Amino acid sequence: MKTFMTGNEAVARGAFEAGVVYASAYPGTPSTEILENTAQYPEIISEWAPNEKVALEAVLGASIAGGRALAAMKHVGVNVAADPLMTISYTGVTGGLVLISADDPGCHSSQNEQDNRILAKFAKIACIEPSDSQECLDYMKAAYEISEQFDVAVMMRMTTRVCHSKSLVEVGERVEKDLIPYVKRPEKYIAAPAHAKKLHPVVEAKLVEMEKFSNETSLNRIEWADKKVGIVTSGVAYQYAKEVFGDNASYLKLGFTNPLPMDKIRDFASQVETLYVVEELEPFMEEQIKAAGIDCVGKALIPNVGELNPDIIAKSLLGEVRPLLEIPQDKLVGRPPTLCAGCPHRGFFYALKKKKNVMVTGDIGCYTLGASEPLNTTDTVIDMGASISMGHGAQRVLDKAGKGMKVVSVIGDSTFFHSGMTSLVDVVYNRGNTVNVILDNRITGMTGHQENPGTGYTLTGQKVKEIEIDKVVRALGVDLVINVNPLDLDSVTKALDAALAYEGPSVIITRWPCVLKKFSPEDIKEFGEKKPVCYVVEEECRGCRLCNKTGCPAIVFDKTKKKSYIDPNACVGCEVCLQVCPFKAIKKAGE
Amino acid sequence: MAEIKNILFAGVGGQGIILASKILAAGLINAGYDVKMSEVHGMAQRGGSVTTQVRYGEKVYSPIIGKGQADLLVSFESMEAMRWLDYMNPNGKVVVNDHELWSAPILMGSADYPEGILDAIRERAETVVIKAGEIAAELGNPRTMNVVLVGTLIKAMGLESLDWETVIRDTVKPQFVEINLKALKAGMDQVKG
Repeated sequence: MKTFMTGNEAVARGAFEAGVVYASAYPGTPSTEILENTAQYPEIISEWAPNEKVALEAVLGASIAGGRALAAMKHVGVNVAADPLMTISYTGVTGGLVLISADDPGCHSSQNEQDNRILAKFAKIACIEPSDSQECLDYMKAAYEISEQFDVAVMMRMTTRVCHSKSLVEVGERVEKDLIPYVKRPEKYIAAPAHAKKLHPVVEAKLVEMEKFSNETSLNRIEWADKKVGIVTSGVAYQYAKEVFGDNASYLKLGFTNPLPMDKIRDFASQVETLYVVEELEPFMEEQIKAAGIDCVGKALIPNVGELNPDIIAKSLLGEVRPLLEIPQDKLVGRPPTLCAGCPHRGFFYALKKKKNVMVTGDIGCYTLGASEPLNTTDTVIDMGASISMGHGAQRVLDKAGKGMKVVSVIGDSTFFHSGMTSLVDVVYNRGNTVNVILDNRITGMTGHQENPGTGYTLTGQKVKEIEIDKVVRALGVDLVINVNPLDLDSVTKALDAALAYEGPSVIITRWPCVLKKFSPEDIKEFGEKKPVCYVVEEECRGCRLCNKTGCPAIVFDKTKKKSYIDPNACVGCEVCLQVCPFKAIKKAGE
Repeated sequence: MAEIKNILFAGVGGQGIILASKILAAGLINAGYDVKMSEVHGMAQRGGSVTTQVRYGEKVYSPIIGKGQADLLVSFESMEAMRWLDYMNPNGKVVVNDHELWSAPILMGSADYPEGILDAIRERAETVVIKAGEIAAELGNPRTMNVVLVGTLIKAMGLESLDWETVIRDTVKPQFVEINLKALKAGMDQVKG
C-alpha cells in the first residue's frame, strides 16, 4: 500500500524510519511542514528553535551525545546556521546528522534564490538531492548511514517542488538505534586552533573517501537509452529532463552530488555523443565537470535564473515551443496578496504612514506587505532581524549629517526572537536613537501559524513559560517601552509621537493576535471573543475613500454609488475603518 | 510513452481548491494511476491567486504542468480562469465557476472587474460555465461548491466511472458524506453526454 505524500511529509517519515530521536528547526517556506510532521511521531523529540543557527547547534549536540538528529530550514536559514556548519565539517558527528536545506528557486516565498549545493561544497560536507517523495524517504535513511559511515554531516538539498509536490511513497518500519555511548573526545569536538589544524587534513581525506563512495553508490545511477544525448542531472531537474527527453536520451541521475562521482561522469560522457548538464539554478555540477576536462553543455543554453521547468529544457535544448492561448490583458486585474481583513498590522501601518520625514526599515513576515499598496510605508526588507540593525546604522548616518530624519524599525514577534534581540542590543549598547516597533501578533504568521517563544506553547502544543517581549526589551536596557493595541489608532499615533520625540532607543510593542489564529484560552481571556462587524451607513458616506486607503479587503468601493460598503462575511470588526472615517459613517453592528 | 493528463486548479486562497485536488488525486490513485500533485504555499494564503496541479497517467515524471499543456483548467473564480488560460492546451477544456471575487485593486476602486470574461474564454477554448455556488446552496450547503466543481471536472475528463463514493467517504466527515455525494452528482450533471 502506497501513501500519497509531500516531500516534506516523506522526509519526516524517513527520519522516523531511520531512528532519528531529535529534530529542531525554525519555520520557513518551503521547509516548515518537515518539523510539523516529525512532531507527529512521539519517538522523535521535535522542537522549534528561535533561529536556524540555534537549531543546527542543538542538533549537533544531540549527535555528539550519540543520537541521530535532524535540522530543517529554508535556504536562507542555512546562511544563519553557516557558522556552526563550517566547523561541523571539521568535527564530524557521532550520531548521524542531516541538515535539510529547502531551496526556493523562483523565489515563491523568499528574498533570494541561492543554490545551497554550493554551501555544501564550501562546508566540505556530503550533499544529496532527492527528486520526488519516495526518494525523500529513501535518501533520508541513506543519509544517516552515510553520515555515520564517513563521520560527516549530510546536507539534503530539496527545492520547493520536491518539498510541496505529492507523489506515491512506499513506507517502511522504524528501526530503533541505541544511543552511541558517549566518549569524551576533545581532539574531535574542541575546535580550538591546535585541534582544528589537525582536523582539516582529516576533512580532505574524508572527501577523497566520499568521492570513491560517490562513484560506487546506487544513489548515482545510469539509465541507458539512446546514446546520442547523455544528460547529467539531479533533484527535480531529473524529472523535468525525463519528461522532455523520455527514452531519447541516456541519464546519469545523481542523488549524491557532493563530492561528485567524477569517474562515473567521465565514463558516462565517453559513451554519449553530446553531454548536457541539466540542473536548476547555478552551474554547480557543470563547472566541476568542465574543470575535470569533460566537455558538456549546460548554462550556455539553460538559464541559471528562476525556477526550472520542462518547457525551459525543451526550448533550450530542442527548440520546441508549444502554442499558447493568448490572454487579453484588458480582461485581467492583478491579485496581489494583502493583509487580511482585521489584520492587526493594518492599524499600525496606517498610523505610521501619516508620519513625515521618517525612514522605515522592515523585516521578514506578513508585515512585509506594509511595503505594498495602499500602505506603502516600509523602505527596506533584507533578512531576518535586519530591520533593527539596519535602522540603527541608518540613524547614525542621518544624525551625523544633521538630517533630522528619524528611523522606525519594524519587526514581528517571531523574527524578534530569531535575531532581532541581538540587533536591539546593538542599538542600546551603542546609544542608538531609533524607534523599534515589535508587531506581536502572538504567533509566527506567514509560515502558517507556528508557535514561538512568545506564545507560551511549543511545537507539540505543550504549555510553557511565555517569554515576554516587554520584559526582554526592558532587561536589554530600553528605557522607553510603550505597549499599545494596534487596532486603536489614537494610541498608536500617541506612542509613535512619544517615541519619535524621545532621544535614545525606544520600543513600541503592538500586541494583538493574528486574525487567522485559533485563539488559545489565554488569548480569549486577554483579547475577548468575536467582535461585532462594522457597516457603512450609506446616507452618511461621502465617498471620500479614506476607509479604502487602509487596504482592508472587506471594504468595497462602489464606483456607481460613490459609496463604500463593508462585506459582513469578510469583516471581523477590528474597527480600524470606523476610526479612519471622518464622517462617522461607519458603525458597529447593533448600534 | 503512455499519455499523461494534466489538470490545473485555479482560484483564490480559501476557496477549497486544495481539498478539491486531493479528492481528484485520491480517486485516480485508487484507480491505479501514477499521480503527482503540486501546490505552492506561503504568501498565496493572503488573498492571492492560488493554483494546484494534478498530473496522472501510467508513469508521471514532472510534478508541474507547463504552459500550453493543461488538458483541463478548472477555475473556482472567473478572472482566475483568464489568468491561467495560457496554461491550457488549446484543444483542452475549461470548467469555470461563474463567480467573481474582487481583488485588492478592484476593491479599492483603482480598477474595475473586467467585463465579458466568460465570453472571452469561450471564444478561445471549449468551455463549461457553471454556477457552482448556487448549485451548492440549492443542495443545502454552500460549502460544497468545491465538490460541485470536482463533479464537473470529473465528467469533463471522462472519469465518472471511477469510484468517487469511496473517496468522498474517506475524505469528509460522516455527516457530510451524503451532501457531498449529491454535490458531486450535481456537478457531473452540468456536462452533457
